[in-house]
Amino acid sequence: MLILQCPYCGVTAEETELHAGGEAHLKRFGPGSSDDDFHDYLFMRENPRGIHLERWRHVSGCGKWFHAARCTQTLEVFGTYSAQTTEPPQQIKDAISAKRPGWSWRDVSG
Amino acid sequence: MKRYSAFAVAREGLRYHTGWERAWRAPEPKRHYDVIIVGAGGHGLATAYYLGKNFGITNVAVLEKGWLGGGNTGRNTTIIRSNYLQDPSAAIYEKARSLYEGLSQDFNYNVMFSPRGVIMLAQTEHEVRGYKRTAHANALQGVSTEWIEPARVKELVPIINLAGPRYPVLGGLWQERGGTARHDAVAWGYARACSDMGMDIIQQCEVTGVRSEGGRVVGVDTSKGAIDCDKLGMVVAGNCSVLSEMAGFRLPVESVALQALVSEPIKPCMDVVVMANTVHGYMSQSDKGEMVIGGGTDGYNNYTQRGSFHHIEETVRALVETFPMVSRLKMLRQWGGIVDVTGDRSPLISKTPVQNCFVNAGWGTGGFKAIPGSGWAMAELMATGHSSLAEDFSMTRFKEGKFIDESVAAGVAH
Repeated sequence: MLILQCPYCGVTAEETELHAGGEAHLKRFGPGSSDDDFHDYLFMRENPRGIHLERWRHVSGCGKWFHAARCTQTLEVFGTYSAQTTEPPQQIKDAISAKRPGWSWRDVSG
Repeated sequence: MKRYSAFAVAREGLRYHTGWERAWRAPEPKRHYDVIIVGAGGHGLATAYYLGKNFGITNVAVLEKGWLGGGNTGRNTTIIRSNYLQDPSAAIYEKARSLYEGLSQDFNYNVMFSPRGVIMLAQTEHEVRGYKRTAHANALQGVSTEWIEPARVKELVPIINLAGPRYPVLGGLWQERGGTARHDAVAWGYARACSDMGMDIIQQCEVTGVRSEGGRVVGVDTSKGAIDCDKLGMVVAGNCSVLSEMAGFRLPVESVALQALVSEPIKPCMDVVVMANTVHGYMSQSDKGEMVIGGGTDGYNNYTQRGSFHHIEETVRALVETFPMVSRLKMLRQWGGIVDVTGDRSPLISKTPVQNCFVNAGWGTGGFKAIPGSGWAMAELMATGHSSLAEDFSMTRFKEGKFIDESVAAGVAH
């Protein structure tokens, strides 16, 4: 079972206590944006076999949204971090780099 | 290829079964093929089969990184139905269902298609309205389904508990001509027929790159070397994003785990397929007597081909209320597969930004039932550049706003 630590309340929670929220760090495009940007924002999601950054919500706990860095091929978790950021903090990047040198995700890399 | 028949069984019985042939050859790849299909699951093999049968294209290779039919084709709950709401879905699933009816004769290989009937239970007022609407839509589409009252549900499924209390059975959408088939045999039957037409099915051959020149596909790199092709078909379900990235374009899908389980074998107790979409559980009884049970997908991206333990608990818990006898069943085996889910829960059968490269993906949680129809449409698209069954399933439909929205109509359970 997937276990993540909520960065807000510090509880180490099992996945039954959490709700997956999909791709992290989406840039929102709305009225006035190009069709391509709007399409990609609505329908195109990163779907890597490997490192993935995603949103989770501690739904049966403190209720806060947060981010997690995870491998979709091994289910290994590299760490969780605050939702108040547009890219992963350096310590998360370092934790991923230690296990998966040369990794990249969207325009983020070690 | 020697035909299978009662006579063949008798003949082999008299000579210690020494005369059976391999069902398909295991060749090494040639340097060039007219068409390469990536993925020897049901959809890939069906595409190859109808390319040969309907269009006479037989210089075809089907590449498979693992073993034939070892992905979602071997990991589903074998349900076949076509009671979809939207016209394009009903058309392709009904085409598939009708092809299933004649598949054993077509192949000379028994796929054990069993049109035992499928009930989708309505357990809320919303579902009652939804399924009545679907029954009306199906009538217009030429798909034979009907709305049935609870008494008829009980008659068809004596082990069911209609009374609830939380989710009483208020009726159901009944498709008498739906049912199940032996999933492995579907892949094996297609493989045998493809091999007989001279096609090469190459297992343990992983595609590691897609080569294109001037925006046109020219071949693939594989673990068994480079192979050239004129046309390429990507039919790899959960790994379609990985393969499309090799070709240089993206697909609007996410890969998640879907799992199923079977109980110990018991005496025959239920001779139809029952789906309960409100509580996320569906069940049928296999010919061996096992109760075959499926549920919902995991909520997060996953390529591990195994599901979360708590989903098994949720699924079985959901079924216990409607089928009290499940509480005393021992569960025997559990397995998971990786399904590729699109935004509108409908598949992609489409041309791609790379010329002569075609994709068949996004079947999500409901691919098995579609195998013959999907292969039929994909073969037509690859051979002629156009397929009336496939045109609505283009990967550009999201941009155009032409969704085939089955996400509400079909829910998660398939």
